[in-house]
Amino acid sequence: MAAAPKRPFRWHIGVFLAPAVLVYTAIMILPLAGTLQLSLFRNINQSQVFVGLENFRMLFGDPNWSVNFWNALRNNVWFFIIHMLVQNPIGVLLAAPLSSPRLRFSAFYRTAIFVPTILSFVIVGFAWKLILSPLWGVAPHMLDLVGLKSLFTPWLGKEQYALTALSLISVWQFVGIPMMLIYAALLSIPDEVIEAAECDGITGMAQFWKIKLPLILPSIGIISILTFVGNFNAFDLIYTAQGALAGPNYSTDILGTFLYRAFFGFQLQVGDPNMGAAIATMMFLIILGGVCVYLFLVQTRLRRYQF
Amino acid sequence: MTTKLLTALLLGTSILGSAGVAYADDVTLNIESWRGDDLAIWKDKLIPAFEAKNPGIKVVFAPSAPTEYDAALGAKLAAGSAGDLITCRPFDKSLELFKKGNLADISTLPGMENFSDVAKAAWQTDDGKASFCVPMASVIHGFIYNKDAFDKLGIKVPTTNEEFYAALDKIKADGTYIPMAMGTKDLWEAATMGYQNIGPNYWKGEEGRLALIKGEQKLTDPDWVEPYKELAKWKPYLGDGFEAQTYPDSQNLFTLGRAAIYPAGSWEIGLFNTQAQFKMGAFPPPVQKAGDTCYISDHTDIGMGLNAASKNADAAKTFLSWVASPDFATIYANALPGFFSLNNTPVKMEDPLAQEFVSWRGKCKSTIRSTYQILSRGTPNLENETWVESANVINGTDTPEAAAKKLQDGLDSWYKPAK
Repeated sequence: MAAAPKRPFRWHIGVFLAPAVLVYTAIMILPLAGTLQLSLFRNINQSQVFVGLENFRMLFGDPNWSVNFWNALRNNVWFFIIHMLVQNPIGVLLAAPLSSPRLRFSAFYRTAIFVPTILSFVIVGFAWKLILSPLWGVAPHMLDLVGLKSLFTPWLGKEQYALTALSLISVWQFVGIPMMLIYAALLSIPDEVIEAAECDGITGMAQFWKIKLPLILPSIGIISILTFVGNFNAFDLIYTAQGALAGPNYSTDILGTFLYRAFFGFQLQVGDPNMGAAIATMMFLIILGGVCVYLFLVQTRLRRYQF
Repeated sequence: MTTKLLTALLLGTSILGSAGVAYADDVTLNIESWRGDDLAIWKDKLIPAFEAKNPGIKVVFAPSAPTEYDAALGAKLAAGSAGDLITCRPFDKSLELFKKGNLADISTLPGMENFSDVAKAAWQTDDGKASFCVPMASVIHGFIYNKDAFDKLGIKVPTTNEEFYAALDKIKADGTYIPMAMGTKDLWEAATMGYQNIGPNYWKGEEGRLALIKGEQKLTDPDWVEPYKELAKWKPYLGDGFEAQTYPDSQNLFTLGRAAIYPAGSWEIGLFNTQAQFKMGAFPPPVQKAGDTCYISDHTDIGMGLNAASKNADAAKTFLSWVASPDFATIYANALPGFFSLNNTPVKMEDPLAQEFVSWRGKCKSTIRSTYQILSRGTPNLENETWVESANVINGTDTPEAAAKKLQDGLDSWYKPAK
């Protein structure tokens, strides 16, 4: 019996994959592994000593670290909740009329709403700090014009408002992304489906809720996960608007700023790369956990419609 | 995100690092600094003066942003791309660099004999045996006031607490000016211009500071809580929305003539002279009762050391000796009024406001900021916590007693004073 003809080794697959794998390994996987490794060591007498999970024990066991960590995590969750409750619904609400063929100047609106997303954080942070400034800002002045001056408080300086104010600034900046993704999803709904719905007498709002919304749910899922990853990695806006100490009284401290202070130090605080790496590892695990929950519990249950 | 930051830092260093390659024949020294504001003075006055005397040595002043300086410098030193000369923060930041071997021992550098032990203390090992930075300047805390406003309202310069609050009440009642320009948004204003400014009068300067380090006093003692009680009283005199008022906001409020009193550090003098259109004066932190000894914070703030990995160590030492000379002190103190030379040779200064500040050295006892030496070595960091708590006290989030207790508890958790 003749042996089955041996399939030639398909070397070209390896060759074509190699550049991407190498680049990705060098700039993503190695630093990540380095961070994980760093978190298991501690600097004792100027040399790195392996201490196992000691840094994590300190992060959760020592109140000097754990109080700050839980505070940062709590703030981060609030930051995320605001984005989910405000940014994504507004994104959907903006995309729905934009995708309507009867809307004039839709390209203009689309661009205008998307522009803040491409602005630098530094500009956004600085501009909003000026807008909300009690001294020179336009916010108190404009509220005064409509007779609501009494509603104005120095939001960024008040413990109870600062984090919400910053979350809303971030929402303002990034609302263009969910809008664009949903807009694209809405455009991809075939006309036949819409026509069939119209034949069945489903029009207007009912059409949106019953036909279009279920069809764009996978996009909303993707947006949620992007928001989650983005929010738990956030740092820039808080740092530019409130500084590394994330005042007042750490009320705007999120994991990113907490990591920055631990890793690089701040003012007289000397940076501790090992503790910083431990916090970075926790951030990685939190994000990994969130993404896994999404992939295994949510993604698999979303129905896919084939046309 | 970490990777993003690191890449940015590395990119930054590669650009700065290549700046020195331009002149191949001469030795080029790069100075690392956080004092971007001083760029013009270095370029136009200090460096030409040095280069004229030392042909063959070129000097480049390459500052980075103050809040990023320490992190950026650390990364550059680790990568071996840092400049030859390093501007030194006082105390632990620099001591840490010295211990890591990033700063060279310059105890025997010609010119170091020009400085007193107190001046050198900020850049020495704890036992005082090795020095690693040449002291450049100190800053003095006090209050700068709008002289025109005081004249108009008929207010005398306050010397005691009672007079101080009477003056503030009078300004507030008149309503033309915001009594005091200070905000709590940036936190450090409250701690540095507030707590560390008026505090030495209560904890008796060096006496209290050293007792705190020895563990004989606690931050919860009346001497240390009292300044917080005073800070809490400042709240009604600050401008509307002071909670969101940043440091540049405060500076602008004062220089635009909208506020009457500015809790200051002497480093403001240079900027205020160019921006304010009115006459200014200064007074030291008011004492509790007339006749009390006054104490001022005369904080050793800035020095310069030698990068141990420098390839041009000899040229760099020549430069440092010059920094230690009276020549440098005279140019520096006059170019930067408000940064007072620590050199033993008295420096003649032209600026009246700077003269006023430095005259307090004669009648008051000097001390440095209480949190800087030794006490900010651990976690939580006492200096950073003092920022947060000082702002909390002024905002009314914490009572003075609660703030002091938090600070002491934080300190107790890692600091065990030598018995």
